[in-house]
Amino acid sequence: MRHPWVERYAPLATTVLVLIAIWYIAAIAMNLSLVRDAFEREETAYTLTDLISGTLSAERPLLPAPHQVAAAVYDSVFGYPPLAPRSLVYHSLVTLTATLLGFVLGALLGIVLALMIVHSRVLERSLMPWIICSQMVPILALAPIFIVVLGALGLHGLLPKSIISAYLCFFPIAIGMVKGFTSSEPQQIELMRTWSATSRQMLWKLRWPSAVPYLFASLKVAITISLIGAIVAELPTGAEAGIGARLLAGSYYGQTIQIWAALVASAVLASGLIGIVGLVERGVARRMGAH
Amino acid sequence: MDPRKLRLGFLFAAGAIVLALLLPSGPRSPSLLPSPAIWQTTACAGLLFLCAAWMANARATAFGLAGITLAGGATLAMLRDPAIAGSAGTGFWMIVIAVWLAAALCVVNLAAMRPLRTDRQNILNILVPLLFGAVVFYLWEVGVRGFGVPPVLLPSPSAAAAKFASSLPTLCTDFVQTFVRGVLIGYAIGCGAGLLVAILAHRYAFLGRGLLPLGNFFSALPLVGIAPIMVMWFGFDWPSKAAVVALVTFFPMLVNALAGLSASGHIERDLMRSYAANHSQSLSKLYLPAAMPFIFNALKINATLALIGAIVAEFFGTPTQGIGFRISTEAGRMAIDMVWAEIALAALAGMGFYGLVALAERATTFWHPSYRT
Repeated sequence: MRHPWVERYAPLATTVLVLIAIWYIAAIAMNLSLVRDAFEREETAYTLTDLISGTLSAERPLLPAPHQVAAAVYDSVFGYPPLAPRSLVYHSLVTLTATLLGFVLGALLGIVLALMIVHSRVLERSLMPWIICSQMVPILALAPIFIVVLGALGLHGLLPKSIISAYLCFFPIAIGMVKGFTSSEPQQIELMRTWSATSRQMLWKLRWPSAVPYLFASLKVAITISLIGAIVAELPTGAEAGIGARLLAGSYYGQTIQIWAALVASAVLASGLIGIVGLVERGVARRMGAH
Repeated sequence: MDPRKLRLGFLFAAGAIVLALLLPSGPRSPSLLPSPAIWQTTACAGLLFLCAAWMANARATAFGLAGITLAGGATLAMLRDPAIAGSAGTGFWMIVIAVWLAAALCVVNLAAMRPLRTDRQNILNILVPLLFGAVVFYLWEVGVRGFGVPPVLLPSPSAAAAKFASSLPTLCTDFVQTFVRGVLIGYAIGCGAGLLVAILAHRYAFLGRGLLPLGNFFSALPLVGIAPIMVMWFGFDWPSKAAVVALVTFFPMLVNALAGLSASGHIERDLMRSYAANHSQSLSKLYLPAAMPFIFNALKINATLALIGAIVAEFFGTPTQGIGFRISTEAGRMAIDMVWAEIALAALAGMGFYGLVALAERATTFWHPSYRT
């Protein structure tokens, strides 16, 4: 019998190691012609080891090696004071505030819509198809004109980005909460009726508690969508700060390592936010009597 | 709906029409509506609302709808008058309020109806959201033109529709560039690769246990951020968009297909083993059919993700065509009606794509409990 940790983490560790190995090989293969051209332009003699070490330390590689990305992330996180414009922490914070504000707005909107839909048959019939249709529209396509219009109205900075985030992330919450609010057992609803519970009592004592698992499931989906919304909203404005702005600047000036560092920052943000939601979920579940 | 409330509502609507006939509808037209034809149409609508109020039952909806059509048509005709458009008076808004009120009553009335026959129920299920949407578009149109909102901020739906009709060739090339080349090719590659890797991971449990946590992790990442790198690798044309779309659609498909492949029950698996089925036989006869609902779930999620991925990738550089390229340049030139036409195009493409996937799902997984009710 193998140790359960081995059983659990050996496949994951192997896959990650294999992926990193593939990454190194790909980095060497993709940067090879670049480095060879550079050597031949300078007409210096070169050996195979020179070539390979060159591919792994090129300044503007097509694909930076993992250690270069790690070094760039470390450098831009710890190399500057946290609020300097070259620090990745600063840009992450800018995106994080927009994400969180949009997430809160979107969650409130989604929950309110779900409440309205659950309580009114008219709204369920007339609003629900349009909510679903609104998601068939690639809403990120709206981002640039949204920012232009809001800019013309004198709104800049944080709010337009958050509105786009909110517009993106209200949908999974609304759908999930409609499902959650209607997920209580018919028997329980009938029990509440025999106690002649008002619809408000029914909401607080039955519908909300049974909707909580659905709430957290959709919050986890929504928070990444909100982050995507904030990042994309930073693109068309040519915003001077934020992860999206770093991506755009990196792609304009060919700073591949900077793009990868920004991607790593967004990955860290996404997994951190999901982790926080998961922690809150566990805490709430414990308060509600789960084991 | 309570007949007394219905009656009161329609009476209010008729009263608003009467007020509209008395109050000025524009700055220069003195009291009555500009032309006798419009005057008569509006008065007719008021009479229809009165009839609806008198009946106050399910049949009142038909009279209400007729009145809404007449009064709505009258307001749209009045907006052609340049004296009214942009500076509409109280009389004009009274008609709009009457239309809105009557439409709300009709929607409520229709939604409360519970016909016994299923085909009528189906018609009703389409009619209610259609009416709701038509009213929203009407209010948008009348509001934008009546208040004279500058078209730079928000064009009226009719202006966007006119732009859509007049620039069909441009829209067509954009559609081909973004949707046919970028989205469809990337979608096919991403979903196909995700499904293949899922089948491999299902065959070799070690691979599966390693890939599943990674797949979950990656499908939660903002992967559209990879777009600038793909543009750098594959150039400005459609291959880079297809690459972004493939990457964005790969992980949802992997995670869902993996869940679906392990969704078949123990009894079925034991049955396959007792038939001495080899792996490819049980794959094609048991695992894949059982995974179909999950695969279609991923296909539906990916249908929207793919379009978003392609449009965002175009923000980072394109040849001079494509939906995303057009949206960002026309927004920069403040040609907002063209932007809305492109958005309508993207919405139509997205809805059509999603609808096709949903139809295919219905045809393939007709045995699933959710379709057998």
